[in-house]
Amino acid sequence: MTTQTANFAATRSNTLAFILALTVGVALLTVSGMAQATVLHDAAHDQRHAMAFPCH
Amino acid sequence: MTKNLLSSAVFAGLIAGLIAALLQFVFVIPLLLEGELYETGARLHFATDGTPQSERGAPGLGGEWGRHLMTIGFNLVTYAGYGLLMVAAMGLARDHRGTPITAQNGIIWGLAGFIAVQLAPAVGLPPELPGTPAAELAPRQIWWMGTILATLVGLALIAFGRGMMMHFLGLIVILAPQLIGAPHLDTFWGVAPPELSAEFVTHSLGFAAVGWVTLGYFCALFMAQGEDS
Repeated sequence: MTTQTANFAATRSNTLAFILALTVGVALLTVSGMAQATVLHDAAHDQRHAMAFPCH
Repeated sequence: MTKNLLSSAVFAGLIAGLIAALLQFVFVIPLLLEGELYETGARLHFATDGTPQSERGAPGLGGEWGRHLMTIGFNLVTYAGYGLLMVAAMGLARDHRGTPITAQNGIIWGLAGFIAVQLAPAVGLPPELPGTPAAELAPRQIWWMGTILATLVGLALIAFGRGMMMHFLGLIVILAPQLIGAPHLDTFWGVAPPELSAEFVTHSLGFAAVGWVTLGYFCALFMAQGEDS
């Protein structure tokens, strides 16, 4: 493999890793900050206020 | 790369979340519990012998350990979530702009995250003490999310854009949601003393800044260490 294709492959696998991190991150934040299910809302209540999520 | 990215974010999120939760229990949750006394009517402002005086004093944290454990748990989840977004941004900046990932740079990343995710939306929608009536939830969530995204784009234009025009454009993008304005009620309905609300806002923002800087520092530190080994 030439250096150029190796770099290209590395960049592409980095991009996939970034997309994975962004997706998991957004999923976690949706649960902790935005989800309105009553059980989740009550459990996360104090933390949402403390972190200034618009919560209810 | 993937493993280093995810583990750096999660471990940094655990450390920052734990530190943030401890600071919240000392500085923020007591004010929140004091606000709840007004929300439930256990205390009434402007009602003590007809004068605008209310006794200052937060109730103790009490014995609701389940509730407090949940607060710690969700802090860990939230900071791990922000950490994952942050390491992806750090990686993108390095791959496309050559910005090195160091613990010192991590502090700047953390401050930028604080400005975009906490400070900018709080300019329009101050963190709310329980019992503060506010406009409908959906428009507030939309404005909140839009402000965070606009501020992130604006900061990125200022940090990575080439040329004065890009930096100026970044400033405009950051100001835009503030000029549009956050959704608010036409009337003031707050039942808690304004001093209590003000302290809650400054405490929650101040200690969120500590959490964010800690997050940025450890995300970058762990990323750099993982790549050296």
